[in-house]
Amino acid sequence: MIGATTVRAESLTRKFGDFVAVDGISFEIHAGEIWGFLGPNGAGKSTTIRMLCGVLQPSAGRAEVLGYDVARDPEAVKTRSGYMSQGSTLWSDLTVEEHMRLYAGLFGMYGAHQRDAVEEWMERIGLAQRRTQLAGSLPGGYRKRLALACTLLHRPQMVFLDEPTSGVDPLSRREFWDLIVHLSEDGTTVMVTTHYLDEAEHCDRLAFIYGGRIIALGAPAELKRAPSAGVTVEILSRENLRILDAVEDAPFVRSASMYGSSLHVTVERSDDVARLQNTIDARGLGVQRLAPITPSLEDVFAGIVKAGRPA
Amino acid sequence: MNWNRVWTIAVKEYTQFFRDRRTVAATMLLPLIQVVLYGYLSTDVRYQPTVVWDLSQTAESRQLLRAFTNSEYFSIKYVARSMNGVVRRIDGGQALAGIVIPPNYATLLHQKKIPKVMVAVDASDATAARTALSVAQAIGSSVTQRMQIKQLQMSGVPAPQVGVDIRARAWYNPGLRQELFLVPGVLALVMQFTMTFLSMSTIVRERELGTLEQLIVSPIRSSELLLGKMLPLMTIGYINVTTILLLAVFWFGVSIAGSVLLLYFTVLVFFFTTLGLGTLISTIAKTYIQAVQLVQFFLLPSMLLSGFIFPVAAMPRVLQWFSYLVPLTYFLTIVRGIIVKGVGIGYLWPQILLLMFFGFVVFATAVLRFRKRID
Repeated sequence: MIGATTVRAESLTRKFGDFVAVDGISFEIHAGEIWGFLGPNGAGKSTTIRMLCGVLQPSAGRAEVLGYDVARDPEAVKTRSGYMSQGSTLWSDLTVEEHMRLYAGLFGMYGAHQRDAVEEWMERIGLAQRRTQLAGSLPGGYRKRLALACTLLHRPQMVFLDEPTSGVDPLSRREFWDLIVHLSEDGTTVMVTTHYLDEAEHCDRLAFIYGGRIIALGAPAELKRAPSAGVTVEILSRENLRILDAVEDAPFVRSASMYGSSLHVTVERSDDVARLQNTIDARGLGVQRLAPITPSLEDVFAGIVKAGRPA
Repeated sequence: MNWNRVWTIAVKEYTQFFRDRRTVAATMLLPLIQVVLYGYLSTDVRYQPTVVWDLSQTAESRQLLRAFTNSEYFSIKYVARSMNGVVRRIDGGQALAGIVIPPNYATLLHQKKIPKVMVAVDASDATAARTALSVAQAIGSSVTQRMQIKQLQMSGVPAPQVGVDIRARAWYNPGLRQELFLVPGVLALVMQFTMTFLSMSTIVRERELGTLEQLIVSPIRSSELLLGKMLPLMTIGYINVTTILLLAVFWFGVSIAGSVLLLYFTVLVFFFTTLGLGTLISTIAKTYIQAVQLVQFFLLPSMLLSGFIFPVAAMPRVLQWFSYLVPLTYFLTIVRGIIVKGVGIGYLWPQILLLMFFGFVVFATAVLRFRKRID
């Protein structure tokens, strides 16, 4: 299956009235890939995912998931994929086990088959001790785990996870990602959205959506090296804030922000580094270190957003 | 139709319904409370507190008053010594009727003249007043008649035959018992209210909580989802019907004249109307509050127009047309027909067919709208 295409979107568009939420995006996701979908709130991430799940009809364009057209055959898509929505809403008056049984039943697992799958996932996700607890009384992290288990119970070949780790403590987040990596190793394709850029590093490829359009796409390392990412410079100084003030609005500076005790400045090209140095010297500000570094994803996306935003 | 998925949803709905103790209590107790209330409430106003000003103070006047008391419609509570005293009791609401017997009552009777007795009734409640007045009139004429017969007998003349002897028979309900009329009505009303309300809330609440979306993401079809949600409600509906019937039979001594099986079948037909209406409202309303108001908007007029309280035959023509647009009207006719009159499908088929027709229209519209809302 490796190398085959699991998701293919062609000029996929969704309008709500006059508002274009997703504006003709095209991409492919390969089997077994972890495909990260990044972008600010309202950029069109959830709308795209809902169209791919067969929940929302596209206004234009088309998409195929596992070879099925999402608009014409949503049931085939729904049967073979799993979707954990952003709210990942649960029924507060149903227990952990009742949730699992409900999802198992909805996805066509009955009898002994259902029992085994429910037991297996309750163990796997660490909820076996809480099987009779009502979902409404579960701590936030456990609720997310339960929602994830319900999504994965029927062993979908394609999994859509919309912000699975929001509101989850750091330790549980790591467990979540261990699980996601396991899934992909077993051949499951994963499309995941997140606001945590450290998580995005786990992804095989990343797409950055902004204003309904994909403005960057590639493996994390590629994105950092790409000319479009600009050059990121790390500055160490006792006068970081005054330097930030001085360079922020310079025409060749894409983005500048504090990064712990250092300052990261992304400029357009490598020859801009010298101009940056000059600007700082002209103000008479002292610098201990000023050198290009491998940018973090945060630098890359801050830069891309600024470059992509209409002036 | 994948029955396993329907069953999965039904199990979920049962679990949720029976987990919520307050809803269970409300749903199960509502019919009981209604039957008991309506069973004991009666428009037949008996033992009306009465004030009397007897100026005659004779054996004859006391006999007349005894006739009033024996009718069981009047209960003499106060004795007045003036007209003012009578008026005061009625004005103050302590008495609902006043009887004034003139001083020459006995004398006039003996002179074979007609004495005038005044009966005043508080007619704020027209129904109660009408009953009291007609009873008073009947008492008057029967007292006169008895008096005449007695006098004729005393003078040795044989008593004459009364001109017209009306033998009145109250069919289907020989005891003229109010509860026989009201219990079937309560059954119909509870079915309409509970089923519409529960089907509306099960969808609207789930949509407000965002859990409806979770279900839509699964491969379930909207028809399977709806059926899975409606099956438990039908069970609850049948539990309600059974409770009401048991209460009617064993508490109020109502005997069901017709076929219980036919009754249960028409309840099934009526489910399409009530559950359909609930679903329809859930697709119109944006919030739970709005839905509750819409339910009342539909249910209150249908209750008034159905003939539950006011007979359809007594309504103005235009309102009668409206009442024929209310499915509850047909259901009520059927339920009363079966329980009170004991008639079967041979007489009730037009109502049953109309009920099926309305059920089909409402339910089909609801399903179509529901499917559209989901996409």
